[in-house]
Amino acid sequence: MNVFKNFFDKHGLIVGGYLIFAVSFWILILILLPQLNMLDFSFRFNLPPSKVGGPEDVYTASNYTFLMGRYNHEDVWVWNSTDLTVFYRTILAAVFVTFFDLLLCYPIAYFLAQVARGGFARLLVLSLVVPFWVNEILRAFAFRILFGDVGVINATLKSMGIIDDSIDFIREDIALYAGLGYAYILLMIFPIYNAIESLDKNQIEAARDLGSPWWRIHWRVVIPFAKPGITSGCTMVFMLSAGALAAPQILGGPSSLWFTQLIYQWFNTGGNWPRGSAYAIILLASCIIFVLLMMRLFKVKLGEIGR
Amino acid sequence: MSAGVGVDLKDVWIRFGEFVAVREANVAIEGGEFFSFLGPSGCGKTTILRAVSGFLDPSEGTISIGGANMAGIGPNKRPTALIFQNLALFPLMTVWENIAFAMEVQGAGKKERRRRADELLELIALPGQGEKMVSELSGGQRQRVAIARALCAQPDVLLLDEPLSALDLKLRQHMRSELRAIQRQVGITFIYITHDQGEALTMSDHVAVMKAGVIEQISDGQTIYDDPSTAFVASFVGENNAFAGKVSAISKNQATIDTSVGKLRGRIATAARGTINKGDEAMIFVRPEAVSMSGTGTSNKIKARVRTEEFEGAVYNVFLNTESGEAVKLSAVNQGGARAGSPGTEMTLSFNAAQAVVLPRGELASE
Repeated sequence: MNVFKNFFDKHGLIVGGYLIFAVSFWILILILLPQLNMLDFSFRFNLPPSKVGGPEDVYTASNYTFLMGRYNHEDVWVWNSTDLTVFYRTILAAVFVTFFDLLLCYPIAYFLAQVARGGFARLLVLSLVVPFWVNEILRAFAFRILFGDVGVINATLKSMGIIDDSIDFIREDIALYAGLGYAYILLMIFPIYNAIESLDKNQIEAARDLGSPWWRIHWRVVIPFAKPGITSGCTMVFMLSAGALAAPQILGGPSSLWFTQLIYQWFNTGGNWPRGSAYAIILLASCIIFVLLMMRLFKVKLGEIGR
Repeated sequence: MSAGVGVDLKDVWIRFGEFVAVREANVAIEGGEFFSFLGPSGCGKTTILRAVSGFLDPSEGTISIGGANMAGIGPNKRPTALIFQNLALFPLMTVWENIAFAMEVQGAGKKERRRRADELLELIALPGQGEKMVSELSGGQRQRVAIARALCAQPDVLLLDEPLSALDLKLRQHMRSELRAIQRQVGITFIYITHDQGEALTMSDHVAVMKAGVIEQISDGQTIYDDPSTAFVASFVGENNAFAGKVSAISKNQATIDTSVGKLRGRIATAARGTINKGDEAMIFVRPEAVSMSGTGTSNKIKARVRTEEFEGAVYNVFLNTESGEAVKLSAVNQGGARAGSPGTEMTLSFNAAQAVVLPRGELASE
């Protein structure tokens, strides 16, 4: 009880009360309740409203096993290869997008943090941020136009004589990767920028003075220092790419589904919310496990990201 | 001691846009010597150091190390190693990895690097501390690791940018003698940047005193203290009482100045001989320790009134005001006897003409 007394003594009744309300609203209503609800949903059968709460309304793991496969009418196990393929391709593509973003954003973040100065640096940050005032869906459509059959890129390549026929960027998923990569570019740049910005310039100069070529300066001095920022950026980009819906919907090729699109289908057209919930939870859990494995691999602690 | 590699600056100008950071610097630093650039902050001494290490190019003139022109050679290719003011040790590497970084760059194997790091840890009196992280060391220990890291690159010239300024007084004084000892041991050229005249005078073979981008004097410490070549050097290095006036008489190497406290006679500084004439605006400088309270013996007498007295232990300082309002400081060795007396006491101060220096009037160092 002393903890509460001290807390209210320190912040006063009104501010203290509001703090407790805001924090518990955030944790309970925004985080815990929806997820618990989803979790509960995912273990139930898809019943018509009249049967909800009836004798048939019992817990089941069938929504989860459905992703793996099921026994057909001859009692032979059939893998759900369609959905599994979509699942692993989504994870793989998200990894690719993350990696691509890292390659693109590390130099930009380094440039912003250590090279660019004053007004020029602010202008660069502004030009990074301003495009994100445009709605996400509009941006995706802009990419579609850019990468389209008669889009700017194909037209330029053709007029330069590099290609004769248009490249189908959409079917090849290039438009999707580019769109996803661009969508989360800020989430990659800013954590890395923050980390590199606090690096003492003298350390870079010291390494250089001791004879180090530029790549070793990055490898031994800048990247180790920026590692928490890099991890934080990669985690966010990976999670959000794997969970993206708008970009795959608009930029995805006709043959390639994103796992989120499957979830969307179960909720909407399929009308099977429990199965959609199960799929969503599988995606969430897999992403978390994947990120934790990567962090173990690169020797980063969870606490470092929060800094 | 090996001959060492010398550093030559010839007509070096360094400009940043309109601003002239270094003006026509000509310095010949001998191989194996401890050379200091001394000056107040913003005088261009760090700029010179950065130009020698290769982080910036002079706008005009040449810098050569061991006779080789360094134009167009980057800092990673020069035979110099720089110790930064904040040391710039790598926080995510262990102590030995820090020290052996230069060898890692050269592609040396881990065993060899470790062996060399251990040798250098011996040299800096930190044996067995290689596995520690930099953050676990004290300020003085970090200082020494920075020196070892620079020495590991086997530079011909070690450049030090006020490396002691972050340490407390005791440690700073200790590190002075340690730096000097390391320099003697390794026998390479040290170029040292400082605004602390005590550091410059105690450690250096030669000192260059700088003011606003101009090198005012290059000499050994004793000469700089006893025979300054400009009014700025006289007032910046050590403490000095200054009186301005017109030259009223010149005889041999001495001049008499007509000041507001009366006629004062002093020795003309070597650098000013032949350039000071009767009627010129000049200044006479006399050190607090050269001023005596006896008021007898010489022609240089000043009437003054005690303002305050300050007891330091070995010496005591008396601050006085002349009748015309000038402040005069006097230092005397504490011999346990009577001191100057209470504020307001009137007395006649005196000093020897041989211990006062006459220079052309010039800008003094601000406090």
